[in-house]
Amino acid sequence: MLSDKDRIFTNLYGLHSPGLEAAKKRGAWDGTKFLLQQGRDWIIEEMKKSGLRGRGGAGFPTGLKWSFMPKQSDGRPHYLVVNADESEPGTCKDREIMRHDPHLLIEGCLIASFAMGAHAAYIYIRGEYIAEREALQRAVDEAYEARLIGKNNIHDYPFDLYVHHGAGAYICGEETALLESLEGKKGMPRLKPPFPANMGLYGCPTTVNNVESIAVAGTILRRGASWFASLGRPNNAGTKLFCISGHVNKPCNVEEEMGITFRELIDRHCGGIRGGWDNLLAVIPGGSSVPCVPAEQIIDCPMDFDSLRNLKSGLGTAAVIVMDKSTDIVRAIARLSYFYKHESCGQCTPCREGTGWMWRVLSRMAEGRAHKREIDMLLDVTHQVEGHTICALGDAAAWPVQGLIRHFRHEIEKRIDEYAANPHSDAVLQAAE
Amino acid sequence: MAKLIVDGNEIEVPAEFTILQACEEAGAEVPRFCFHERLSIAGNCRMCLVEVKGSPKPVASCAMSVRDLRPGPNGEPPVVNTRTPLVKKAREGVMEFLLINHPLDCPICDQGGECDLQDQAMAYGVDSSRFAENKRAVEDKYIGPLVRTSMNRCIHCTRCVRFTTEVAGVPDLGAIGRGEDMEITTYLEHAMRSELQGNVIDLCPVGALTSKPYSFKARPWELAKTESIDVMDALGSAIRVDSRGREVMRFLPRVNEFINEEWISDKTRFVWDGLRTQRLDRPYVRENGRLRPASWNEAFATIASKVGATKSERIGAIVGDLAAVEETFALKLLMESLGVASIDCRQDGTRLDPTLGRATYVFNSTIAGIEDADAVLLVGTNPRKEAPVLNARIRKGWRQMRTPIGVIGENVDLTYDYAYLGAGPQTLADLAAGKGAFFEVLSKAERPLIIVGQGALTREDGLAVLATAAKLAKAVGAVGEGWNGFSVLHTAAARVGALDLGFTPKADGLDVAGMLAPGALDVLFLLGADEIDVPEGVFVVYQGTHGDRGAHRADVILPGAAYTEKSGIYVNTEGRPQLANRAVFPPGEAREDWAILRALSDVLGKRLPFDSLAALREQLFAAYPHLAAIGEIAPADPAALEALAGKGGALSEAPFASPIVDFYLTNPVARASAVMAECSALASGALKQAAE
Repeated sequence: MLSDKDRIFTNLYGLHSPGLEAAKKRGAWDGTKFLLQQGRDWIIEEMKKSGLRGRGGAGFPTGLKWSFMPKQSDGRPHYLVVNADESEPGTCKDREIMRHDPHLLIEGCLIASFAMGAHAAYIYIRGEYIAEREALQRAVDEAYEARLIGKNNIHDYPFDLYVHHGAGAYICGEETALLESLEGKKGMPRLKPPFPANMGLYGCPTTVNNVESIAVAGTILRRGASWFASLGRPNNAGTKLFCISGHVNKPCNVEEEMGITFRELIDRHCGGIRGGWDNLLAVIPGGSSVPCVPAEQIIDCPMDFDSLRNLKSGLGTAAVIVMDKSTDIVRAIARLSYFYKHESCGQCTPCREGTGWMWRVLSRMAEGRAHKREIDMLLDVTHQVEGHTICALGDAAAWPVQGLIRHFRHEIEKRIDEYAANPHSDAVLQAAE
Repeated sequence: MAKLIVDGNEIEVPAEFTILQACEEAGAEVPRFCFHERLSIAGNCRMCLVEVKGSPKPVASCAMSVRDLRPGPNGEPPVVNTRTPLVKKAREGVMEFLLINHPLDCPICDQGGECDLQDQAMAYGVDSSRFAENKRAVEDKYIGPLVRTSMNRCIHCTRCVRFTTEVAGVPDLGAIGRGEDMEITTYLEHAMRSELQGNVIDLCPVGALTSKPYSFKARPWELAKTESIDVMDALGSAIRVDSRGREVMRFLPRVNEFINEEWISDKTRFVWDGLRTQRLDRPYVRENGRLRPASWNEAFATIASKVGATKSERIGAIVGDLAAVEETFALKLLMESLGVASIDCRQDGTRLDPTLGRATYVFNSTIAGIEDADAVLLVGTNPRKEAPVLNARIRKGWRQMRTPIGVIGENVDLTYDYAYLGAGPQTLADLAAGKGAFFEVLSKAERPLIIVGQGALTREDGLAVLATAAKLAKAVGAVGEGWNGFSVLHTAAARVGALDLGFTPKADGLDVAGMLAPGALDVLFLLGADEIDVPEGVFVVYQGTHGDRGAHRADVILPGAAYTEKSGIYVNTEGRPQLANRAVFPPGEAREDWAILRALSDVLGKRLPFDSLAALREQLFAAYPHLAAIGEIAPADPAALEALAGKGGALSEAPFASPIVDFYLTNPVARASAVMAECSALASGALKQAAE
């Protein structure tokens, strides 16, 4: 369990003021200038050594990502874009950062931009996050006011930070779709390569990072890469915000060490599973796009990237969705399928056509109105979507369905049998005499 | 150059090639829907997936360049496979997705028989569907009188959107909605406003966008296909005439990189219904003020008696805009043998003069050369109306190289940004004198291009304007070794050919304006000349195809053949002779024009010295050898421009105005077309669209 002294987000619950003065007392903006004076290479090297993996879902090493930016500008400006389009169902960690600890994010933006030679950064914030945008904008204004950032700031590094409000599309959380949206176009993912580090925002080298990845940067550099690396497990270092929702007694956001077991996470912070551990049915451990894991596999699994990948699931954004045995798991996944069908941008064929197909078949299966042979057909369809699309939304739509069929095929079959036994659950109407 | 191995064959291709192009180079066929050579890459249909060694997922070959491929661990060339089970499975998956919401419309779909989806489904489709849900239904959209939509069939390849945005430059089409609810439409179902919109029909890989006038008329396998040349403007776009029996059913573009790439304008594409209506199918003679049907002999006899009683200086001949070189040649010989000096081919009154040298009246830079130009000046021309396909070339250069463009003339939307310099000749004179910022742009450019349109030349001071433009070309170095940037844009398909033949007044002869002066002539021979008003008191012989202005004024009508009904050479604005082929026969008693003139010459006692088209061409080529090189441009001697630049003349103040008032109604064929009439009414706002 993470001790209080090792917490990065010390105001996660908003018990203190999010303002600049209070943030400074909590350690933000402390010695930032000194950090910058250590130079770009030092910062990137420290970030690499810390073992921080991107907190947006894919878990790509952050330091490595920063190092992809050209060392020398070829005349084009560099940009940092912070992905605050937190739309993954179940995920609400960035929301808390922007509400209660925005200065950690702003400081991180400055440091990361410095490390990449960017003089401007954009925070693309989700359309539905209105209060958060206001909170963040307040903090940015404070930072400008205190000349922490801006053209002529006390850190001697001209830097502008813009908060951009999205319009509420899930796909705009995909990094290249986000860039398109930021440029004022339709939020549709771009073809890669070229990657954003080469051709990103307005055709300039750009790095897109998650809010949490950026917000932890300042503290990591202050306390040293070795401190961060000492937490968690090898290759899965550091602390992580977990968002636990669903059938636990006390759903919460909590910062914890990576690799904490699921049992400990739930028992310590969430007051246990509703109805006890025997009542646990399944868990979606990383936001809606990762496959669900049945109870017996997840209970003692360490919550980190590699362990969950071995369960053919993933840590994703660490949005832990807990489902107890009262859950209609088929309907639950069908609802997720509807979400992906609704949020597909429609650009490429497999996702556009496949998400709707999967949703329709699944919603029939949720009623039992299907054939058993369609289960394998559905699985085949998910494989036809997965890996054939421009962006990862196709994969994200396919995985939950694959997880369902992998672990709960018997549930679907039972549903089909029940329906076949009694296809008319409504009373048969009789003609009046 | 980069090496890679495609299906076991090692090939070397330029590094900027896409994998798809490399695969084609290696002889592997890659299916595609969204990819098109002349449009930007969308990569959205996912049909072109191939396997790249080292990549866990199949790769969209259209969207990845060879440069981005990683070599093997020991530096081996990257390996691409297009025939593995993984590829087949992936493509079959994509095909299944494309088909689940595609209606089984093929029996009633106009695209049937020439449908990419149909063809690919033969290779990658399966015989039965696993899709048990309801198919998506999408409302059809109104996007104008030319393109019929059937949006259920749309596979969202976005070729049409990319074409209108990129090539046509009139971004009317777009996609609304998201995911499976995405729909292609125009804003509030407004009609498309591009002159090139018909090309989306060819681009659409399925039957979502089909030709409205042609809809349900024919099946592709019933049509006889004839390769020919278009005459609606002076570009000579390459077309394919699809005909069934005696009727032309439609026009399609052919690829000609030098001229039209693979686009044609709407007028070119949809004018075919004009070839069926208002046709002159028998000779007519005017009696007591009324035209009455007559036999050929009667018509010829009437002409002979009139011509025989008229002195040669009271006779004139005008060649219209759609005449092929052969009949112009025949008419010229006939007029020469009659001793007629008043002949002209410039019915719009343009001041171009073939005696000044060929370089003064052709598009010297060539159309493909527009892309090489690094600065463009348009003088008195609206290429969007005069030659939409050429305008697309200018736009292409502007899009790719940001070519600076200056305009002297009308300040209109040309689909690209330009510097508006002024309205009239004075601006041109200033520029030629080295004044103005755009002079700097032109003189700094290595290959400046000056396009002079007919709007600058069909006026009193036309020759002076031309001379001033030549002076400017000289001053900015537009004429030099390997580059001649002095270009004249014509509007009539027949014009350059007739100028090449010297179909202009001989000494003491009258030009068009002179011939049309009241009392100037007694007999006037019109070879398809309809854009003029002949005064009272002239005996008019009209040889042409349509009951248009010329025929209404005529005293004798000789029914001729339209451009799809005869084999004829047309010289385009670049000076490139091209052969139009006969696709169908002329209607009724109408005959090929050279043959009519040959028969008439016999009656007039001045028998022309050829009995067949081959014999005519033999003499034509002997007299004008450059016309024998079909498809080749004989470069014009730029020295003529030097002499032209030395000419002076007073410039007037009047602003340049494009000679084309209504793009859709520029010639008798177009005026006979109901489709063109509807387009014209729509463009001018006369046709009301349903309010939303």
